[in-house]
Amino acid sequence: MRNHWAAIGTIVKRELAAYFESPVAYVFLVIFLLLAGFFTFAFGGFFERGEASLAAFFNWLPWLFLFLVPAAGMRLWSEERRLGTIELLLTMPVADWQAIVGKFLASWLFLIVALVLSFPIVLTVNVLGDPDNGVIASGYVGAALLAGAYLAISCMTSALTRNQVIAFILAVVLCLLLILVGFSPLTDLLARWASPWLVEAVAKFSVLTHYDGFQKGVLDSRDLLYFLSVMAFALFATGVVIRNHRAG
Amino acid sequence: MIRVENLSKSFGPKLAVDGVSFEVGKGEVLGFLGPNGAGKSTTMRMITGFIPPSAGAVSVCGLDVQQNPIEVKRRIGYLPEAAPSYTEMSVLSFLKFAAEMRGLRGEDRRNAIRRVVGLCHLESVLGQTIDTLSKGFRHRTCLAQALIHDPEVLILDEPTDGLDPNQKHEVRTLIREMGESKAIIFSTHILEEVEAACTRAIIIDRGRIVANGTPAELKARAPSGKLEDFFRSITRSDVQAEAAA
Repeated sequence: MRNHWAAIGTIVKRELAAYFESPVAYVFLVIFLLLAGFFTFAFGGFFERGEASLAAFFNWLPWLFLFLVPAAGMRLWSEERRLGTIELLLTMPVADWQAIVGKFLASWLFLIVALVLSFPIVLTVNVLGDPDNGVIASGYVGAALLAGAYLAISCMTSALTRNQVIAFILAVVLCLLLILVGFSPLTDLLARWASPWLVEAVAKFSVLTHYDGFQKGVLDSRDLLYFLSVMAFALFATGVVIRNHRAG
Repeated sequence: MIRVENLSKSFGPKLAVDGVSFEVGKGEVLGFLGPNGAGKSTTMRMITGFIPPSAGAVSVCGLDVQQNPIEVKRRIGYLPEAAPSYTEMSVLSFLKFAAEMRGLRGEDRRNAIRRVVGLCHLESVLGQTIDTLSKGFRHRTCLAQALIHDPEVLILDEPTDGLDPNQKHEVRTLIREMGESKAIIFSTHILEEVEAACTRAIIIDRGRIVANGTPAELKARAPSGKLEDFFRSITRSDVQAEAAA
């Protein structure tokens, strides 16, 4: 078991270095923080709310991540396929799942770093008012899980093609679908002709439904389970895609 | 050390490798010859466990590739076709990565890197990004990663492709020297390489083995005594193959 994690650790290290040795990491971080700040203060009504909370920040995250997470994850496997390094990686003494998990963890860690760097917003709220920092912490946990779910989906689409643009678009579409089934303007429309239990059942599959719980400061094991299931399923699917690709 | 039995691989309706069997023992260097698209790379990929065979079996050091993939991979050093590498990394960090993936740490890792850097003459480019290297250096960087754990079995897919005549000569010499203590398979288009480095050669055409013997034996089969004439007499060019299909 120790050997398993040693190999995964080596892959995580290499992937993280790949982010930070190229401009990708810095461009991503700057754009994420700029947009997050812009949405929070300009569109989120941060000041107008008149409450000391990060709701303005967290409400925009599912939409901001919708584009940024697939951008961070699109290269994971398609780049390996394009360069041919997938042949190198998978003929080293590691199982496919170790390579998949290693690559996923590295990118997830990177996204969590990006989230942590939004701390000035937390400081601002604490200086201006007296927020419930427990709710903020649970909001961050939800945001990290949301990023993980989007990322796992991006891993899967990235394994499908050697073309990063295709991987990106597919991931955005799939993630958007996961948002829309629980997006209230749309579910309200659906509720006009569908029975309420159907609308509710469909909404249970949405990331928004489960993300909202965390934003209210409610740590529900069902929400946690939902995000972990999405990640596990998408990573398992990644494994299937890679196996099929190799089998020809 | 390497035992290939009735190995076949089909991609859809196309049969890329068709019932190939051979063995390579310790101290042997097997040259793998054949026209482009004959199934050389596909066979090598099945031996390294990168792609699963449609039928047949491969064992390396007595271990079945399908049943013990990780143990087999530990024993093989592999240079894939076109020598891919993580181009955004420096040569040194790429070799560190390869060493760690092979379970080498600390002093072992340092020694392993020093050894392959010497063997592949990479001293002058250690700190350089692989992106910025010439084809010859890139190729040798990938070769270095295949040698880093001093494997018992080496699978080299066109190890001299893209090298200049001096570099080709060096790689050939290296293969011959290492061949004394390892089992090596390498593929090539250059027939003189077979005479210079191989103890035995296999010629495959359209997925089947059409000749198997020492370079001297194969040469003797052509009336002119030239390996090239023999090769041309038993294989078909891709144009002929397409026309027949």
